[in-house]
Amino acid sequence: MTPLVDVLTSRYAYVLFALLLGIGLYMIVSSQNLVKKVIGLNLFQTALFLFFIASAYLAGGQAPIVHHGGKEATYVSPLPQVIVLTAIVVGIAVTAVALALLVRIYAEYGTLEEDVLREVRSDD
Amino acid sequence: MTDPTVAPVLLIALPIVAAAVVLLAGLRWPRSGWPISLVALVLEGGLAAWLASAVFGDSGRLVHELGAYGRPGENEFAVGIELVADALSATMVGLIALIALSVLAVTRRAGPRGVPFYAAYLMLIGGLMGVSLTGDVFNLFVFLEITGIATYTLVASNRSAPAAVAALKYLIVGTTGASLYLLGVGYLLMATGTLNMADLAATLAGEPSFVDGPMYTDPLVLASFAFIATGLFVKAAIFPLHTWQPGAYDEAPDGVTVAISALVSTIGAYAFLRISLSVFTPAFFEATPIVATVIVTVASVSVVAGSALAVMQSRIKRTFAYSSVSQFGLVVLATGIAVHPDAGASAAEAALIGAVIHLVGHAVVKGGLFTAAMGLALDSDARTIDDLAGLGRQSPVLSAAMALLGLTLVGVPPAVGFLGKWYIVIGAMNADLWPVAVVILLSTVLTLAYVARLFEQLYFTPAPSGDEAGAEAPADTSDDHAMAADGGNSADDGTEEHLSDPTPGAPFGVVAVAVGAAILAILLGFAGAEFADALEPFVTEVLGQ
Repeated sequence: MTPLVDVLTSRYAYVLFALLLGIGLYMIVSSQNLVKKVIGLNLFQTALFLFFIASAYLAGGQAPIVHHGGKEATYVSPLPQVIVLTAIVVGIAVTAVALALLVRIYAEYGTLEEDVLREVRSDD
Repeated sequence: MTDPTVAPVLLIALPIVAAAVVLLAGLRWPRSGWPISLVALVLEGGLAAWLASAVFGDSGRLVHELGAYGRPGENEFAVGIELVADALSATMVGLIALIALSVLAVTRRAGPRGVPFYAAYLMLIGGLMGVSLTGDVFNLFVFLEITGIATYTLVASNRSAPAAVAALKYLIVGTTGASLYLLGVGYLLMATGTLNMADLAATLAGEPSFVDGPMYTDPLVLASFAFIATGLFVKAAIFPLHTWQPGAYDEAPDGVTVAISALVSTIGAYAFLRISLSVFTPAFFEATPIVATVIVTVASVSVVAGSALAVMQSRIKRTFAYSSVSQFGLVVLATGIAVHPDAGASAAEAALIGAVIHLVGHAVVKGGLFTAAMGLALDSDARTIDDLAGLGRQSPVLSAAMALLGLTLVGVPPAVGFLGKWYIVIGAMNADLWPVAVVILLSTVLTLAYVARLFEQLYFTPAPSGDEAGAEAPADTSDDHAMAADGGNSADDGTEEHLSDPTPGAPFGVVAVAVGAAILAILLGFAGAEFADALEPFVTEVLGQ
């Protein structure tokens, strides 16, 4: 019992990351609604952002702006933050393309439900 | 400008800048997309040749540090992103530049055209160049996603609704794969603290003073490899993660299919090869032998399943799409053999050379096959294998190109398909992996089965007469077909195209590229020794012989 409590109290960000990752993946796989699949994809990516940020957390760490001669302070690694910024931009671009495709699909078939879509398309 | 280390930067920047120029110029001159793309890609070809002459000449491995941040100390990690060109990257860059120009020739008359198409297409080329040349694992993710986003838009670029559905499926599966790759990169960063490929390889081997010994058996590193491999298998369309691929290939406009079949999955397989050999290195696979066994097993399943699914298809493009699942399985299989702990030095070398030859050969062959299929579709509206009946007489040049490329795919000597398989089988046998040789043989027989069907339809099945064509045509064919069928006899078949289409038949660019691909596939088959020589520095570097 104690190790579990220990993990939950000290590593809760990673627990949350695993949960978000699982929920996102589950939505992508199981949801019939295409918009919800895209939301699941976003959740999945958000979990990754949380993971990177959590891995960079340092108690008492400063922003890594090094002044001349001031090397004694504790700095956080800037790399994970930069990665998350870039990954957010990539995620937005992917979501924009996905939404554009959804608009196109809805205009043509009048539905965003995967099972209905399959029926409509097999009728064509 | 005489320093060839700027070539990698220009190779990536040029198409991306050109994409922006196409968009801007398109506002004023809507027809300027093609000339601008042509100029950009010809320059790109020149840069690729410059890079190749430097890498294969006396310079060897080229490294360019973006921003020139350098390293704080002798044994410390690189601060900025490095672009690295070695023998393997230079080969990929040459391949991409060549195919990029060919696709431009294919789409000149037959479409898709227009400013958005050319802009997305140039972005795709920029992304592919970036994946080939980067020396940083996170940068690789960014370029994979640039490639991915460009591909999603290109698949849907003819604005047809089925293509949009296929593109969305591709987007969801492909982005999930890329995110898994990113997760693997995150684990690697946590384990080592760097993203630079060369630094990662050194840190994993335990070289820096602050790590105690090799980290190959660290659970974090193992999990990282699992995520990275799964993510890249999605991109390379390895069974059972291939589900996005047949739909995307089938529904995309024909010209786009040529580009993505030849380049996009290829770059996924390249990334897997690069990460396995240059980042994790064979020593990682030696420390945990089960990993190589799993790769070989998964790839073997892909090789057989892809071929078996290809045999079951009735549409031409779907057959070739599933065939790609099998061929990329072969490339991954060869990579698995090259890093297999049971493989000796000669087996690993043969398998690695086989992997690269097959990667390049498959791109040429599959691009050519889709071009020939596109030409036949333009000539006679042939979309299913049954539609090919008698086309050997009607479109002799395109049919011959398709038949030759089909034989290359099976692996008939002396073409390039044979050469790649030969090296891979030699590697498998030297490594005592006999089941793998059996798997390759089985897949070859299945490949023969679907290529034989193409042959039978092209050359040994008489063309249906006019009435039969009308009766067999499915309900969705357009009116001009029905009219031609009403009007009667087989002599009308030729004129029917003239009536329905202002540019009858396949344009010259399509025919030329299909024939060129067939010739190149056969010529490359004779270049086995040259391939092996050219790759020697890379093989020595990664296998440490």
